[in-house]
Amino acid sequence: MLRFVVRRILLLIPVLVGLSVLLFIWVRALPGDPAKALLGEKGTPAAVARLNAQYGFDQPIHVQFIKYVGQLVRGNFGSSAVSGEPVLPTFVERFPATIELAVAALLFAVIVGIPLGYLAARRAGGALDLFLVSGSLLGTVIPVFVLAYLLKVVFAVGLPGHIGGFKLSSLAFLPASGRQDVAIDATHITNFYILDGLLTREWDSAANAAVHLILPAIALGSIPLAIVVRMTRASVIDVLGEDYVRTANAKGLAKSLITRRHVMRNALLPVITTIGLQTGGLLSGAVLTESVFAFNGIGSYLFNAIGSLDYSVLQGFILIIALVYSLVNLIVDLLYGIIDPRIRTS
Amino acid sequence: MTAVTTRAEGSAGPDQRSLLEIEDLHVTFQRRNGPATRAVDGVSYQVRPGEIVGVVGESGSGKSVTSLAVMGLLPPRGVRVFGSVRYDGRELLGLSGGQMAALRGRDLSMVFQDPMSSLNPVVRIGVQITEVLLAHQSMSRAAAREEAEHLLRQCGIPDPRRRLDEYPHQLSGGMRQRVMIAIALACKPRLLICDEPTTALDVTIQAQVLELLKELVTELGTAMIMITHDLGVVAGLCDRVNVMYAGRIVESGDRRELFAHPRHRYTEGLLSSIPRLNEDRTEPLRPIPGTPRDVVGWDDACAFAPRCRYAQDDCIVGGLELVGTEHPDHLLRCVHPAPYYLDAGAGHETDTAGGEDR
Amino acid sequence: MSTVTEGVEPGDLESGPINRSPKLAALMAGQPDHESGVSLWRGAFRRMRRNPSAIVGAVIVLAFVIIAVCAPLIAPYDPANSAWINQVTPEDVPGPSAGHPLGLDPSGSDELTQLIFGARQSLIIGVVATGIGLIVGMTLGTLAGAFGGWVDTAVMRVVDIMLSIPGLMLAVSVAAVLGRRPISIMIAIAAVQVPVFARLLRGSMLSQRRQDYVLASFSLGLRRRTVVMSHVLPNSVGPVIVQATLTLATAIIEVAALSYLGLGDPDPAVAEWGRMLVKAQDRLQSDPQLTLLPGACIAVTALGFTLFGEALREALDPKSRR
Repeated sequence: MLRFVVRRILLLIPVLVGLSVLLFIWVRALPGDPAKALLGEKGTPAAVARLNAQYGFDQPIHVQFIKYVGQLVRGNFGSSAVSGEPVLPTFVERFPATIELAVAALLFAVIVGIPLGYLAARRAGGALDLFLVSGSLLGTVIPVFVLAYLLKVVFAVGLPGHIGGFKLSSLAFLPASGRQDVAIDATHITNFYILDGLLTREWDSAANAAVHLILPAIALGSIPLAIVVRMTRASVIDVLGEDYVRTANAKGLAKSLITRRHVMRNALLPVITTIGLQTGGLLSGAVLTESVFAFNGIGSYLFNAIGSLDYSVLQGFILIIALVYSLVNLIVDLLYGIIDPRIRTS
Repeated sequence: MTAVTTRAEGSAGPDQRSLLEIEDLHVTFQRRNGPATRAVDGVSYQVRPGEIVGVVGESGSGKSVTSLAVMGLLPPRGVRVFGSVRYDGRELLGLSGGQMAALRGRDLSMVFQDPMSSLNPVVRIGVQITEVLLAHQSMSRAAAREEAEHLLRQCGIPDPRRRLDEYPHQLSGGMRQRVMIAIALACKPRLLICDEPTTALDVTIQAQVLELLKELVTELGTAMIMITHDLGVVAGLCDRVNVMYAGRIVESGDRRELFAHPRHRYTEGLLSSIPRLNEDRTEPLRPIPGTPRDVVGWDDACAFAPRCRYAQDDCIVGGLELVGTEHPDHLLRCVHPAPYYLDAGAGHETDTAGGEDR
Repeated sequence: MSTVTEGVEPGDLESGPINRSPKLAALMAGQPDHESGVSLWRGAFRRMRRNPSAIVGAVIVLAFVIIAVCAPLIAPYDPANSAWINQVTPEDVPGPSAGHPLGLDPSGSDELTQLIFGARQSLIIGVVATGIGLIVGMTLGTLAGAFGGWVDTAVMRVVDIMLSIPGLMLAVSVAAVLGRRPISIMIAIAAVQVPVFARLLRGSMLSQRRQDYVLASFSLGLRRRTVVMSHVLPNSVGPVIVQATLTLATAIIEVAALSYLGLGDPDPAVAEWGRMLVKAQDRLQSDPQLTLLPGACIAVTALGFTLFGEALREALDPKSRR
């Protein structure tokens, strides 16, 4: 078991090295002079010279690489060409918002998706199954930002017009933007707004933050939801055909016990791995979703950076996102190793 | 071929009323796009309390499906079951899921063929045993654990207390099957169905497991249905034997009588196809020609006719019945059976099943 | 235990053949025949014909391709034509009318024309991107799988590193470096697909290599390259086609996403669904159809490819539950 853990952690190292090499190549490949590209308009000759010295852009390649890695290790990911703010601190400040959003989206996907997947599997081939499978298929093909806009317009801003006697705008009861109503004047410690509200016992502030999460989380979680439904359904269908489920039935056990202990414990294992892989999509999706809701996480910041081709921010944020993604997958792998007794006891 | 010592005489139990009565059972599988398959095509037999009944046949003969129908373990969709299965006088077909679940594990139990896939890989052995006990008997969790340990010890598993917390993949094949037996017998059922319990095991382990089964069911007074394709298993273990082919019983009788005087051409073929240790090496083997796929429906003819050397035109009639022979209790479904040799090498204790010498 | 192996005549080993009476022979002839062997592709095609979602998917894909290819012939106007800009006000974009079946778009062009040419753009980008990704990925994967050893390790390390960056982020970084040209998006999307195809081919090659027929070929003296090219590779074609179809679906969505992020083709004369979504976002309340139409096109097209690809995968899978 320990060997398994150590080996997985060691596998991370070549990935880290590879990532820094890749980023290095990327910076060198930027159009024009790398230092000027990174600094953008803020690039006064003095600043450009300073950056050149820092990164050694005028020196042989291997020296450059070492200097580059040195800067990364020291936490110097450069500064935004647009605002001048240092990249890493900006990321750290805004990350909690995206984490809250991603966790909310994931919870939505899992809490709704697993039961639905199970139901579809149990009634495989039936009407409900067909509906759920088609629905989940649809969920994977609607672009996230389109869904985000639709949700915002219908449930937050309000559609004009009526259907029958029903005024469409009355569906709009959720907040359209932001993480929290400014009027609430909440105290923030960790920048995790819900957590902050709970820690400071400002219940209304926590509740308000939670309500603001609803629409973005549903938009962001739509694709993970679809995938969880399909995976769970496929997995449960497989497990239901297994011999040990037949044995459990032959023992005359209660249906709920069989479902809980024999079916789900096995069926959920592949779903766990999928969840790890979903985080990549969640982080990317955040870039597309946050801006629609003016949600101040790393997603909206990166969105603006892409639009203005702020290379410093791009480089820093993408590197950190890749690191986070790798870490999350590592943790999920380790968790899986702990949960599956076949791996744990070998 | 396994060598097992035979069971003592007269232990079929004093109560002559059947424990299990299967009458004209039919099981048909309906695939979505394709013809229906008659897996079980009119099977009838009984099991008396404490009796060990063998069901012999090739794969596809319907022997396993019959037992699944008895236990109510057939899939709910795509299967049609009709006929009658009576346990202790009570009709089982048509009982609700809940009613059947109350019987399963407690009165009726089953041991399956592959112990690796039949045990849940992510649940501890101990739990897989205690859950049967806790489902059918009111006992504390601690008491159930004690009982589980006792059961494992009874089934010949060394260091049972440690095994309780282990997982199936940590045990060998033979031990896993012992665990399955412990689970099946935990609530002391009155009928145990074993579906090829030793086929997936090493030959050396097979004998041990069969010996264990016999010991336990004798001690508990449990009746047993032993489903197998291996006549050797049947020879040492069973009181009665039913031979199945293409979904129907073609011959049925007392074990010794059947081995001594096999009448149906299929049974005869099975017995004589077993190579004998004391045969001359240059003697050719005597397989049954054809494959189990060379079959016609029972409605039209004897299903075995395409593979039978003795088939004649009057075998090609539908609705052949299972009828009695000269010997009481020996039933036969054949128009041109093997002749009855009165004193042909029969009546001895057999360790290797043998047909007559021709 | 008691059956004869196939190919040996019944009765060969014992006393003469079985004489089946004509009546019996006739009876047996009437029995249902077991499924005769059929080639993998023909069997797959047959299964797909019976599968409703396969048919739906195929219809959508066909419609999409036809519209895209025949765009200049089908569309009522030229995509660069924005002559009706004076009809567009800040509050309202004209809806369907006689000359414009789907109304106008915010720049004053015909919406229907934009959608039709948008299909063409999506097809071109999608096909090129998938093509590049396929070729590069397949080459890498085949090399890794065929040679094994350090080649395999090196290629897989690179693949792992690429996979550690979430797909969209990878596309964004490539597109950002290459500048705002149509080819940049194609390469960006291809880059995301390369690791997928590489892994697929490698896996396929490795599992094929272990098969007995490969050993048999080697033992007959065939060279490694011959075996790979003429035996192993053709067997990998199925999964690759399935993957290419599914990847095409995601490519169409990713193109839209990249446009939305501002990395798409800057030329305003080129119609592209993603860009239409960007232009429509300010008008969501007043003219929601400007968002719904291109959004629906993207979704339906991606759906078509996904349905077809998944049905194909099921049809080619020999272990399929049928």
